Amino acid sequence: MKYYHHHSKPGTEARSGAVRDSLLAPIRETGAGLRSAAVSAGFGVGLLGRALLLVHRLPRRLRFALDAAFAAGVKALPVSAVVAFFAGMILALQTGIELRRYGQSDLIGSIVALSMCREMGPFMTAVILAATVGSAIAAELGTMTVSEETTALDVMSIDVTDFLVLPRIAALTLACPLVAVFADLIGIVGGAAVATAHLGITQQSYWIAVRESLLDSTHLLPKDVYVGLIKAIVFGCTIATVSCAAGLRAKGGALGVGRAVQSAVMGSIILIIVLGYVITWLFYFLLDG
Amino acid sequence: MIELRGVHKRLGDRQILAGLDLLVPEGLNYVLMGRSGTGKSVTLKHVIGILRPDAGTVIVDDQSVPDLTQRQLAALRRRMGYLFQNGALINWLTVFENVALPLRERRSLPRDEVESRVMEVLGLVGMDHAAAQYPSSISGGMKLRTGLARALVTEPRYVLYDEPNAGLDPIMSEQIHRLIAEVRDRLGVTGLVVTHSRACAFDTGDRIGVLDEGRILAEGTIEEMQESDHEIVRAFLSGGAD
Repeated sequence: MKYYHHHSKPGTEARSGAVRDSLLAPIRETGAGLRSAAVSAGFGVGLLGRALLLVHRLPRRLRFALDAAFAAGVKALPVSAVVAFFAGMILALQTGIELRRYGQSDLIGSIVALSMCREMGPFMTAVILAATVGSAIAAELGTMTVSEETTALDVMSIDVTDFLVLPRIAALTLACPLVAVFADLIGIVGGAAVATAHLGITQQSYWIAVRESLLDSTHLLPKDVYVGLIKAIVFGCTIATVSCAAGLRAKGGALGVGRAVQSAVMGSIILIIVLGYVITWLFYFLLDG
Repeated sequence: MIELRGVHKRLGDRQILAGLDLLVPEGLNYVLMGRSGTGKSVTLKHVIGILRPDAGTVIVDDQSVPDLTQRQLAALRRRMGYLFQNGALINWLTVFENVALPLRERRSLPRDEVESRVMEVLGLVGMDHAAAQYPSSISGGMKLRTGLARALVTEPRYVLYDEPNAGLDPIMSEQIHRLIAEVRDRLGVTGLVVTHSRACAFDTGDRIGVLDEGRILAEGTIEEMQESDHEIVRAFLSGGAD
């Protein structure tokens, strides 16, 4: 048997090609995933930038934004209350056991209050808002996109960012800190319940510790509270932007809307964690010198 | 007048339009027919400037649409209405608010004039009784009629109709066709109707073009097209209304 133009038998090259393809497939897929993530991130940043440039038009959308903020708050409040209450209880219990061994049980109020206000309140609220309101925004805008409603807005020369995105960003930027403050309070109350029921701390000493840790005679708002509020504002804005971007990039019918919701919730939670770290580092390390 | 000259468009790996030439005369309804996926809706999106051609150009009122600035494009779109397949109504707005939307966003009219204009076009399409209802509580035909009212509320010179009877029963389809013909006759609006329905073409069209492989295969009046012996044209137009 003769072979022309080949140094190897037929099939050998095809097999080696298939092996090479299978080895390269994960790299190719990772590359495609990274490219898609970069494009999504670029779209999201562009959307936020455009919304910020249009912020002067917010008074026209204020009614819608306030309604949306109210709806978001109402949707998130019951879940936030339950989660925050139990988070406060767990925090008090876990730290209380250790503190009791060192005779420092009186510190439980401070630890619970600081943890809730600095990190846990804003973080839990943001995760709950991403899951409840962010997913709903992505589904709503995704459905509008695949059913050509956003194209209809384009055709009517109505700016989609102004009409759909700006009021939603404003709504979550307002709702997130409000719900976070509520979650902070409920969490501290949860801590008080455990501290008095299981750890032998009196209500009075618990609340004195809470007040001393949060009050700051030199500033209107203590740092632990305002950094938490800044986090909540940034988280709210992030969730709305990521969710709107995911919805507006949806394509391919119901499946595309499902993917948009998934990407909105995943993207929001990842960014909440990363930004939470960055803000903590900024205020407690960089700016503190 | 709407004119497309040698328009080419590729979407992904598919050549959708391949040198499309099309002329929509003033004051008439031009019906563009063709099989699904032959680029009928893509043609409409070129006319309104949502898509830009890879080659060739689109002329509306002596203006080259692909070369317009955003501001000029917005001005052009004010002279155009667009009826989407399912009406594309905003779900959280009532029928009235949907129709009022383009006027309210432009802020060119006082509130009471907006109200009277909206009620007038809702009356024209027979939807004034449902002004307070939401899109989720009305039928497909009512959504289309509301979409048509929204397309007409700005008193456009042109209306682009994208599959105006898709998913409708024959009785409702006939109502929509009558409305499209009435819009031309009463308001003098030039229409570009995209459809694969023979009944729609017969009821609404003055001229008919059949699109195939990205360009016009045949064009003429209903009578001329019915006499065509081309296989594809006959498949679309012979045998009376569907």
